[in-house]
Amino acid sequence: MIRRGLKPLLVVGALLFAGAAFAVEPDEMLDDPALEQRARDLSAEIRCVVCQNESIDSSNAEIARELRLLVRERLVAGDSDQQVLDYLVARYGDYVLLRPPMKPQTYLLWFGPFVVLLLGALGVFVYFRQLRAAPAQPPRLSAEEEARLARLLDEEDSGKE
Amino acid sequence: MAKRLLFLLPVLIFLVVAGYFLWGLGPERDPKNIPTVMIDKPTPSFDLAAVPGLDVPGLATADLAKGEVVMVNFFASWCVPCRAEHPFLTALTEETGVPLYGINHRDKPEDAAAWLAELGNPYTRIGADPGRAAVEWGVTGVPETFIVDGQGRIRYHHRGPLVPDVIERQVRPLLEELRS
Repeated sequence: MIRRGLKPLLVVGALLFAGAAFAVEPDEMLDDPALEQRARDLSAEIRCVVCQNESIDSSNAEIARELRLLVRERLVAGDSDQQVLDYLVARYGDYVLLRPPMKPQTYLLWFGPFVVLLLGALGVFVYFRQLRAAPAQPPRLSAEEEARLARLLDEEDSGKE
Repeated sequence: MAKRLLFLLPVLIFLVVAGYFLWGLGPERDPKNIPTVMIDKPTPSFDLAAVPGLDVPGLATADLAKGEVVMVNFFASWCVPCRAEHPFLTALTEETGVPLYGINHRDKPEDAAAWLAELGNPYTRIGADPGRAAVEWGVTGVPETFIVDGQGRIRYHHRGPLVPDVIERQVRPLLEELRS
């Protein structure tokens, strides 16, 4: 059973890793390994603007190649990582960044989930506090009910004998 | 009473979320519409040589701030929507007299020349762009069109072909406004 289940798993695994193949071509790479690594890390943060949700590091689109080359050129010219990103944002806007920047327009995006979590926690807290403040006590029996209960119990006792 | 209203909260949240999804699925919203940040910016610095084999000069930043409103159109012979917008662009330049400058994006010169010979050449300047000028202009693909005012500021940026609907609703009114 386990062996039979393994095969599709392997196929899925192979496909997953195939997806992680990179589009960087050898002729694009920089000779300096440290700089090339910086370029790779930076490329993973930059959206290939025509492929919706792919980074330029993994896209084969022409524009992705152009941007990869540009990133490397800027790095060679001595730009910091932030300067490279700023350069691209000046031309393509925040859209070019795969990680949305933290600014007033994106506060809802960044903090929204925590706000929802807090609201939920608050709801749970209030609910439990109400439970404790008013423990579920059945209302006391009225005098009439007490009398009836006593009578019924009496009847039961006398019925046993 | 206040407690009763609290029970409406989940319904309210549902409506908000559902409304958001509905907006996301709406035919009006095209996620391929990439926002532009080029409006009101000065034209980027670039200097493109003429396309070999064509008798029109190249295009550089300096050509765009000569006190005249111009249109800049990124095109390529391999680009099908460029072929679709070509007659509309030609008609627009003929009717309005606004100069149309071209940036020939990632193209072979002989292909570009053949394409223009076949369809006619509405461009008074064409720069040959191996790829970098498009990035400088924030272009994501061809065709894209800009309107630049006399001071060399970008006033309009359209991604995709300039179809008559866009021309009538956006381009023509803006050209008239800028030239008045």
